Amino acid sequence: MSTTEESIQAPAHAAPTTKGGAVGYYIDDRLASASFTKRLVDKVFPDHWSFMLGEVALYSFIILLLSGTYLTLFFNPSMTEVIYNGSYVPLKGVKMSEAYSSTLAISFDVRGGLLMRQIHHWAALFFTAAVSVHLLRVFFTGAFRKPREINWVIGTLLLVLALLEGFSGYSLPDDLLSGTGLRIAQGIIQAIPLVGTYVAMFLFGGEFPGTDIMPRLYSIHILLIPGILLALITVHLIMVFYQKHTQFPGPGRTESNVVGFRLFPIYMAKAGGFFFVVFGITVLIAALVTINPVWLYGPYTPSQVTAGSQPDWYIGWLDGAVRLMPNLESNLFGYTFSWNILVPALVIPGIMFTALGLYPWIEAWATGDKREHHLLDRPRNAPTRTGLGVMALSFYMILVISGGNDIIASAFNLSINQITWTFRFLLFVIPPLAFVLTKRICLGLQRRDNDKLLHGYETGRILRLPNGEFIEIHEPIGEAEKAKLLAKADVVPMELPSAVDANGVRNPKAAKSIARAKLSQWFYSDVIPTPTDEEMRAAAEHAAHELHEAESHLKEISQH
Amino acid sequence: MALSKRHPAALFAVLAVALGTTGAAYAAVSSQTAPKAAVQTETQVEQGKQLFLEGCSSCHGLAAQGASDGPSLLGVGAASVDFQVGTGRMPLAAPGVQAMPKMPSYNEEETAALAAYIATLGAGPGIPTAEMLDTTDAELALGGELFRTNCAQCHGASGVGGALSEGRKAPSLMNSDAKYLYEAMVSGPQAMPVFADSTLSVEDKKHIIAYVTELQKNESPGGFSLGRQGPVTEGLFIFVVGLGVLIVAAVWIGAKAK
Repeated sequence: MSTTEESIQAPAHAAPTTKGGAVGYYIDDRLASASFTKRLVDKVFPDHWSFMLGEVALYSFIILLLSGTYLTLFFNPSMTEVIYNGSYVPLKGVKMSEAYSSTLAISFDVRGGLLMRQIHHWAALFFTAAVSVHLLRVFFTGAFRKPREINWVIGTLLLVLALLEGFSGYSLPDDLLSGTGLRIAQGIIQAIPLVGTYVAMFLFGGEFPGTDIMPRLYSIHILLIPGILLALITVHLIMVFYQKHTQFPGPGRTESNVVGFRLFPIYMAKAGGFFFVVFGITVLIAALVTINPVWLYGPYTPSQVTAGSQPDWYIGWLDGAVRLMPNLESNLFGYTFSWNILVPALVIPGIMFTALGLYPWIEAWATGDKREHHLLDRPRNAPTRTGLGVMALSFYMILVISGGNDIIASAFNLSINQITWTFRFLLFVIPPLAFVLTKRICLGLQRRDNDKLLHGYETGRILRLPNGEFIEIHEPIGEAEKAKLLAKADVVPMELPSAVDANGVRNPKAAKSIARAKLSQWFYSDVIPTPTDEEMRAAAEHAAHELHEAESHLKEISQH
Repeated sequence: MALSKRHPAALFAVLAVALGTTGAAYAAVSSQTAPKAAVQTETQVEQGKQLFLEGCSSCHGLAAQGASDGPSLLGVGAASVDFQVGTGRMPLAAPGVQAMPKMPSYNEEETAALAAYIATLGAGPGIPTAEMLDTTDAELALGGELFRTNCAQCHGASGVGGALSEGRKAPSLMNSDAKYLYEAMVSGPQAMPVFADSTLSVEDKKHIIAYVTELQKNESPGGFSLGRQGPVTEGLFIFVVGLGVLIVAAVWIGAKAK
């Protein structure tokens, strides 16, 4: 094997003239970081409030790392039984695990402990909420399209990990709620056909609850998942950095540029400031509003359960799915298949996350769109995608609401059975309706955009003509808005290939491409073409003529 | 217009209603704060029977034997009557799956008379004495354990109540008197099971009452309690208030650029 040679080049520079320069050169001589830093601080980011949703997720993750580290200093994830003897009187003398008793100690005996616990838990809700809303933003604006499909998959993984991380944290205090949640998780694992019982036994180190699960969950919660999250978030950001951020259409914005501000100083100030805003709001909420008052729930005992047992909001849709599922179970080949758990807790999430992760390829395949996209779609300009998104969202929302069916029943004096049956039907009725309605609304908005391009905007000035007719004066829209509206790319659906070839012989491969072309035509059905230059010129002339006529009428009137 | 002109007697009518309501409210409050030991005398039983025949027999039957509209009251005991009538659940405001508490229709004396009458029809749990409700020596922690084992699955670990099947519910215990807590345990109103002294001794009941009384103080060391409804209200809060505020901040920061 032959060796290769690589040359070493010291950064070349003139002698420093100032003290600051000397420090700079000292660092550059050792790290050769000047050119990289220069590229970094000169990076341009586009501006839009919705681009900051991902930032909220990032910042709450940092808050989670900081507050979580503080909690690890006092939390003891042990199932060893102790008699509580802390400051919270109503639990004095109660037998509990060290995990629960150290959570109580953090809440009542550690300085700043309760605030830190509440910061950590509220930040977790913030994190999952921000991740979800950020996902919606990326989906509805088509930011996942080529070349960003891989980053979309990383985002999907981050979402799944965030849910697992949240659930493992929720389970750690070993209070009545977290134990109940773990019990359900164990039931779900057991519902996996064939291997479920074994997996549950391995995970819990025997029968539920055992003493192994807490320390295991702790390692997963503070080491394994945060480590993977941190690594994936880094990759997620580096990819945004290298692929550059997408931007909304506007004047001067094209598929080959990014219009915005440089990272330094504008974005450093904005993003840095926003970090403190997120941190400040989180601490304010944590200082004012109780979250997860574990002392009210008491220590976990498998024999106890409380009414209103709920997971945190981000697991609520799974709980809702389980609550909606009819009680079906069958016995095949000597094995029990718990469809009542298997379908809502494993099959539905499996389908949902797979569809979510693969969506960029599904859409690209269906539309035959292989181009790169750096300009975002306005949601109305992709009516089928927007419709599909709202359809999925409404499905998800019904599951979330069903997860709180008992709270709804007791808060509004309704029958929980009727609520459950209503949601069972709505789960199938609402999503298709949402798809159709959303698509129609999008198409309506497109027509309105076209109307603005052709006839200008309504000024609100009403003229009454001598013949008694009322007309409203329309003015042409501004250049910025025009650029935004004209950015809509008109797409042509695939043409249906012929089922027979040139010689009239049936083409066996045609079926697949026909199906694909049909899908493409469905995706782009009802497209409303953007007005051509010709049409716009004609419309402008017409408008000018009308305005001129109205003005001459006005003149006549004023002369009389 | 004729409609807008008030009848001269309207003022008196309003006054009468207002005084009546205030009086009834006072009677209700005073009966809750100062429970008198019910003395069962013959006249009281007679009065109770009279009240029963007038106000209750249409559903429960002339001999309290029960009918299609109401269950038999033979052997339910004075505790049950005192709970149902004293909290206003009986007479029912409207037929339905759940008798809702309201302003009591009978005053303290009448309630005692009704209870005395029903108690003569068959042996059942009696109204607790002041000594049975004395929680000075009760153990809070033990009460909490008993509460979580026996009560929390319906009323919730924090006592705010919860949903049961078909529109029934376990009510919130946050405003319940010790006497009514005790009576509910021994009589098992509606969907609630009976916790007889053989299941929960008088002492155990005292521990539970002490714990519920502690919960009723509604102390919330972590700040606003959000109604103690658990993760559902917390999730609602993070989206409506938390994310709402942050999005306003994001729009503000974004808008500053222009």
